[in-house]
Amino acid sequence: MSGLVFASDGPTAAERFKDAGVITFIALLLGIPMVGLTTVDQGGALQVATRWPLLFYCLIAVFLGRFVLRFSLDQLKQRKLASDRAAAQSGQSQAGGGKWLTLIGWVALGISIGLPVVYSDNRYVVDTATTVLIYVMLGWGLNVVVGLAGLLDLGYVAFYAVGAYSYALLSTQFGWGFWEALPVAGATAASFGILLGWPTLRLRGDYLAIVTLGFGEIIRVILVNWTDFSGGPNGISSIPRPSFFGLPFKPPGDDPTFASFFGLEYSPAHRIVFLYYLILVLALLTNLLVKRLRKLPVGRAWEAMREDEIACKAMGMNVTNVKLSAFALGAMLGGFAGVFFAARQGFISPESFTFNESAIILAIVVLGGMGSQLGVVLASLVLVLLPELGRDFAEYRMLLFGAAMILIMIWKPSGILSHREPTLRYAAKGGQA
Amino acid sequence: MSGTNATTPILSVERLTMRFGGLAAIDDLSLDVPAGKITAVIGPNGAGKTTFFNCLTGFYKPTVGSVRLNHPQRGVMRLEALPSHQVAHRAQVVRTFQNIRLFPKMTVLENLMVAQHNQLQAASHFSIAGLLGLPTYRRAESRAMEKAIGWLKRLNLIDKADLAAGDLPYGTQRRIEIARALCVDPILLCLDEPAAGLNPRESAELNELLLHLANDEGISILLIEHDMSVVMNVSDHICVLNYGRKIAEGTPRQIQNDPNVIKAYLGEEDADEELHGEASL
Repeated sequence: MSGLVFASDGPTAAERFKDAGVITFIALLLGIPMVGLTTVDQGGALQVATRWPLLFYCLIAVFLGRFVLRFSLDQLKQRKLASDRAAAQSGQSQAGGGKWLTLIGWVALGISIGLPVVYSDNRYVVDTATTVLIYVMLGWGLNVVVGLAGLLDLGYVAFYAVGAYSYALLSTQFGWGFWEALPVAGATAASFGILLGWPTLRLRGDYLAIVTLGFGEIIRVILVNWTDFSGGPNGISSIPRPSFFGLPFKPPGDDPTFASFFGLEYSPAHRIVFLYYLILVLALLTNLLVKRLRKLPVGRAWEAMREDEIACKAMGMNVTNVKLSAFALGAMLGGFAGVFFAARQGFISPESFTFNESAIILAIVVLGGMGSQLGVVLASLVLVLLPELGRDFAEYRMLLFGAAMILIMIWKPSGILSHREPTLRYAAKGGQA
Repeated sequence: MSGTNATTPILSVERLTMRFGGLAAIDDLSLDVPAGKITAVIGPNGAGKTTFFNCLTGFYKPTVGSVRLNHPQRGVMRLEALPSHQVAHRAQVVRTFQNIRLFPKMTVLENLMVAQHNQLQAASHFSIAGLLGLPTYRRAESRAMEKAIGWLKRLNLIDKADLAAGDLPYGTQRRIEIARALCVDPILLCLDEPAAGLNPRESAELNELLLHLANDEGISILLIEHDMSVVMNVSDHICVLNYGRKIAEGTPRQIQNDPNVIKAYLGEEDADEELHGEASL
């Protein structure tokens, strides 16, 4: 009980020493075989040598490190507690927070529009930004299924793959263009969404997650093995790139190209920048669509279903339709992203659609804060840029990545932005009357 | 309720039986629920009251028996054959739950808007009219808002409208659940222990509300309740269940004096006088 009472004051110095001591002891146990003992090559035979001084320095580092970590975590916790208390007292933080978020959203939009202008000669930056936007769009699509409707989907990459292969096949086999194939591929992905949704209507939580995981693998395995249809592990190559309203991005030739039509000097950067703006527009349309749908009856029904499915039935809601619409819409948005992916890469293979991708997209949604649109953007930035920035650390890259994710989950257990904005307000409708 | 004959019951349950394996949770139950009145179903724990509600509202499919609803516009409907969402939507029989089932992260107003999903969804024409913001949809939405706000005002919940439902006190959540059920436009409202966890002042308010709904709004009410101050004060008709069987039926006065009921609640046959006092508490 005393621990509870004094928790807000933080642990005493003695407690901190004890905590660091325990951790150091564990490090000692682990350190004796891992650091303290080593084998050396002596005249062709292996000899066991000891490295006690090194182990000693390691233990000191562990002790101090633990001490500092514990201290800063407690400090963080206390500051959060204080701010929570202040928020509860004033009761204004919610509205204020909403204003801040809107501002951040507009600033992010401004930066994303201006980015390729500033970095027009830096292909790496624009390419990375394009990748971030693909994940943002996928995150927004999965947000409908997981964040709003509360259906845990571990096989979302399947719809991404369906979209990508639809475009790849339609363009290479039938010569369809990007804009003609986009709605068809989206519809195909949506029907796959319903195909997945129909048999899993009665499943929830872990069980649904397992089935969706299986579904994602089924699609990938089919793509690998049905060589006649999908090219198998070799994938599909020379997928046509999207053109600017019929003007291709090519070196000057007989036909009018983008560069010749606008009287510009040909530069391969044109296409990179065009692709960037294309995915930006697609992502913004997605955002607008999901944002509006959330305020419509169907969006509220998704959220209500996430909260309590039985209560939804008791209110006369046909849960089947609500679920299928969430699956279909989420799948369609994933399909659109897939079409863009295929058009951008020019080559796709089942390698690009492994479970790893599903996991990253799900991590984006969960890390961002379930249901939060801006949270998805922030989480995509973190999840795509961290491995990129970590390239200098070579093999420690994934370690860094994992550590960052753990830190975020400690700092913000319900995601970076867990604030939920109501879809309508009584106060806004002249509630004072 | 014009057009409803006071003598024809709104709901007739005939020979209803619900078996789970070897256990008969409801055993050959027949019951008429009069229109525009408050009917209470009482009984000791495990008597089958909630199972009975689940059978009425399509959450369970009864093993044997029929549940007929005399819908004033749609005629006789067989509730036991309808899926649960149709019971609420088409038959307008709406229930609440013993353990409150709100949408906790949504605001109170949103909860009441979700209850009007079917009308709004129809008005939004597969969300297309809604996405385009057409006036037909906007009108439907503001009508739904007005209805929700109307009920919130009458149940003294209007100052909570924009708060998350799950953060509110228990008694308030009970009232929100009733307000939400009322937004579905019920002709028969099934309340599963609405007074559980309410303090005496709150249950007195509940009594007033139930009487108002039955007498002024013409909504028939079917009530499961343990709180005898509610049951005895508002019910027109009481049905007592024990081990899935109906052991008594009648007015509150008759039930209070029924030896079978007293036996079911207290297990003994002696000390009749004390027990009357107990039952009317």
